[in-house]
Amino acid sequence: MFFPISNAHINPIYLVVVGFIIGILGGFFGVGGSFIAGPALRLMGVDWNYAVGTDLAHIVGKSIVAAKQHRALGNVDLKLGSIMAFGTIGGAECGAQLIQALKRAGNVNMVVSYVAIVVYLGISVFMLWESRKTLQSDKRRSQAGLVKGAESKKDRSAFGPVTRSIQRVKIWPMIALPTSGIREISLWIVLLVAFVGGIFSGFLGGGAGYIRMPSMVYVLGVPTHLAVGTDLFEIVISASYGTISHAIKGNVDILIALVMHTGAVIGAQIGVVATQYFAGPKIRLAFVPLPLIGAAIVIYTLMTGHKL
Amino acid sequence: MKKEAAKNLRAFAIELAVYAVLVTCYFFLVLHLLGEWLYHLEARHRYTYAVVAILLIAVQAVALDAVTTLLFRFLRRRRR
Repeated sequence: MFFPISNAHINPIYLVVVGFIIGILGGFFGVGGSFIAGPALRLMGVDWNYAVGTDLAHIVGKSIVAAKQHRALGNVDLKLGSIMAFGTIGGAECGAQLIQALKRAGNVNMVVSYVAIVVYLGISVFMLWESRKTLQSDKRRSQAGLVKGAESKKDRSAFGPVTRSIQRVKIWPMIALPTSGIREISLWIVLLVAFVGGIFSGFLGGGAGYIRMPSMVYVLGVPTHLAVGTDLFEIVISASYGTISHAIKGNVDILIALVMHTGAVIGAQIGVVATQYFAGPKIRLAFVPLPLIGAAIVIYTLMTGHKL
Repeated sequence: MKKEAAKNLRAFAIELAVYAVLVTCYFFLVLHLLGEWLYHLEARHRYTYAVVAILLIAVQAVALDAVTTLLFRFLRRRRR
């Protein structure tokens, strides 16, 4: 099927299947799935600038569905999500401007590909190290009989000491996030985490949940289930802004986004239900291969030209 | 337990089939009726295109979510 806006020939079934897979991942991990969607569109010969913008548009629709489901399960911290949206929007605009500068310089595909590979590999390696360490520590604690009842369900992280140090940083104004169990944290740290996520969102596409979800867990200390739901809520706001910004710059093929989204709706519902059956560190460990898949697709695209 | 899983799988398969028919009709409507218009809008009126794009994806999300929820409910009621 021909999509005239991006000037690409893509099989709609391929788009629906990609959307479905991303929907499951999004519902389960709270990520937009851009590390799959961006490379998957690029694989079909769509230029990176269109892949980035179109992916953002598709993510808006998918995140509305998944965030609604997570809200029903009590997994959304509205206060945190609303605050983070401001930082993300600022960062997303910076990222989009970077894309524009690269477009003018004529090397957008090459630079974004290399950055994507480094970021995806970095996230995977870090999360593999952390979740394995946490699971091993939990095992030792349960063998020593230190963990009982509700305590065993607590969402621990091997990065906990660093998180607590970050929460102790006193830069006015300090805010409380009772839904996420955070007694006090500087507003600037929350905004900084959101801003960094926003830059990646505008630059690499998607809601940048692959950066923000781990950041919320490791830097802010939000429990994994809440990080997943809140991230999705925040993505709705920030990805909407990103879509409008990219559409004005001529980087969105809404027809591709609409087709992908039809598969994502069903996938998102399945993913959300699945989160109820897994503990935090296990969700984080299962997350590890996802950015690696994205990196592999980008490497393949770089090495072979583009199409499979 | 296995019987329950098989029932769930069957319900899901039925939902997918119904959903596939709906989506095919939807493709026809959106891609053939709106395709040309959106292409020209993107080329000539970028700001309007941006607003229309975000509205289309949001409306589709709400509508398809409602359809899948209704389908799930309908199939569950039938199983009882």
